[in-house]
Amino acid sequence: MAKKGIETAVGLFVLLGLLAFLFVALKAANLTSFGRGDSYTVTARFDNIGGLKTRAPVRSAGVVVGRITSISLDAKTYQGVVTMEIERAYQFPKDTSAKILTAGLLGDQYVGLEPGGEVDNLAPGTTIKQTQSAVVLENLIGQFLFNKAADAGGAAPDNASKKP
Amino acid sequence: MKTDTLIEIDHVTFGYDASRTILQDVNLRFARGKVTAILGGSGCGKTTLMRLIGGVHEASSGRVVFDGEVVDARNQKQLYQLRRRLGMLFQFGALFTDLSVYDNVAFPLREMTDLPEALIHDIVLMKLNAVGLRGAASLKISEVSGGMARRIALARAIALDPELIMYDEPFAGLDLISMGVAAKLIRTLNDITGATSLVVSHDVPECMAISDHVVLMAAQGRIVAQGTPAELMASTDPEVRQFVRGEPDGPVKFHYPARPMAEDYGLGAAR
Amino acid sequence: MNFIQGLGAGTLSILRAWGHAAIFFVGLMRVLPQAMRRFGLVITQIHAIGNRSLVIILASGLAVGFVLALQMYYALVTYGAAESLGLVVNLSLVRELGPVVTALLFAGRAGTSLTAEIGLMKAGEQLAAMELMAIDPRARVLAPRFLGGVISMPLLAILFSAIGILGAWVVAVGLIGIDAGNFWSIQQNKVDFWRDVVNGVIKSAVFGVVCTFVALYQGYETQATPEGVAYATTRTVVVSSLAVLAMDFILTALMFSTP
Repeated sequence: MAKKGIETAVGLFVLLGLLAFLFVALKAANLTSFGRGDSYTVTARFDNIGGLKTRAPVRSAGVVVGRITSISLDAKTYQGVVTMEIERAYQFPKDTSAKILTAGLLGDQYVGLEPGGEVDNLAPGTTIKQTQSAVVLENLIGQFLFNKAADAGGAAPDNASKKP
Repeated sequence: MKTDTLIEIDHVTFGYDASRTILQDVNLRFARGKVTAILGGSGCGKTTLMRLIGGVHEASSGRVVFDGEVVDARNQKQLYQLRRRLGMLFQFGALFTDLSVYDNVAFPLREMTDLPEALIHDIVLMKLNAVGLRGAASLKISEVSGGMARRIALARAIALDPELIMYDEPFAGLDLISMGVAAKLIRTLNDITGATSLVVSHDVPECMAISDHVVLMAAQGRIVAQGTPAELMASTDPEVRQFVRGEPDGPVKFHYPARPMAEDYGLGAAR
Repeated sequence: MNFIQGLGAGTLSILRAWGHAAIFFVGLMRVLPQAMRRFGLVITQIHAIGNRSLVIILASGLAVGFVLALQMYYALVTYGAAESLGLVVNLSLVRELGPVVTALLFAGRAGTSLTAEIGLMKAGEQLAAMELMAIDPRARVLAPRFLGGVISMPLLAILFSAIGILGAWVVAVGLIGIDAGNFWSIQQNKVDFWRDVVNGVIKSAVFGVVCTFVALYQGYETQATPEGVAYATTRTVVVSSLAVLAMDFILTALMFSTP
């Protein structure tokens, strides 16, 4: 009697809740953008990973092809070891290079893959040989100032030699 | 081996906390199959005694014996078995307000037995019929009057045919007709089912009419007198006489203890 | 000396109260399996607690979504970041406002109703009657309500977030004129399912346990008088709210400390 009505109402409530959950997960979060399952693991070593974080995207030609799964430090070579998962549908040649790039001017960092020209593809579990570290702003500024100082220093001896 | 005594209260002392002793060294015996009334003023420990029998509290000293077994309030299994054999009628019914009348009476049957619904249906209607409320089965608790609620609670208390039925102030707040009905039910139920009934009350006429044995208690559980109704009515003890006759002043004083009147009104001393 | 005595006594009484509550909680956990077997009771409670709270949760969620979108827009537009409006609203709701505001509303609506119900049952000696019928009131009355609350809360919280995002969409795309495609795609890119959505659900589950337990405990321990019940219901709201905010701080620190 009333029992059936209550059970239906509760069922509806739970259904609504699950729908809301699915809505948030699919339409408002990144659940669909990475198919779990068909992917293979590849590592890359960088001198400086900059601001790269786990779950950052791996892109090639700007398209997301995978995700960073873990970042660690190699205690022997003091290099940053980045492990990433790439969708199996995308295969890259062995001499592909990995660069750490920034989305926009001050955005999040991601790994960009530029394919090489080799015939053989990267096997799962192997390491990308060519890498380019992230651009660190302080180093850039330091380099700029150093260059500026070098230019000024180069001009000064000229002035000094001009004095009689 | 079945003895004549169903319940024995043996040198029981109990207090809810250290400062107030409700019962002090109480000794009582309740005979099997009889209606025993426990009379006394408010606060003398009558309801507490019932709670001790039901194992709700544990006596500080002494023991409560039910059908030969000592009641141990900490032994869950034993308590469970004990409580299946007793039914209690609370002062205002204590019906489950979220269930209907039918569901209230069916509650013990559904919870404690595996009987099929068809059988439960028959039993519930029989119990309601015994208290004269078979037609009220489909009502909600909010729709019944106080007297009806008490009767429904009684139907619920006897749903499992208990050996001991305890009544906490069954006549309090009822009109004369309802009181008569309640008294008749208590007596008839006891006789028909062979159960033992314990009636806690301060309603003298009704209790005297239906009881086989009467116990008069005073503060701290002190037993003033006990015996058959006739014996107590004929007693010459001033305390008993005051209670059974309802005299306003006697061993139980009218005035609450206070300072002398002169002091309170400021007479005799310089104002 | 009196001050120190008072402080000591106060601390001891707080410890005792916490200990009492902890013992009660353990006792309740012990009887949960029994309640799971009588799932019909749990369903009735989900209806009483969850379904009956739907209106206030959905209405509040929608309102919060509207307001968040407006307020965040004014803040973001000064930095030229108005496109990220959807993202900001989403994260605010899913990570924080969804679980927390739902919990506070829950404490106010369902919590007080539970406390009052249990308190009145206690005052009417219904719980004592059950005990004397050899039925554990914790298993029959409290445990189903506990499960009902714990199941309802995460559902309500995610509904709050979802309808809030939809409300923000109405304001952002419909009213303000932000590009609809951007509104959704930036969220899909930046909101992480495991880190943001799932953590938010975990939060709401924890809040569900906290709020429901506090409501049941206050009701069970109330003095059996009208004043007692009234006092207990206000205590439920106060204690639940404080506990939720404290737990929120702890959980946020644990879950979201690393960017």
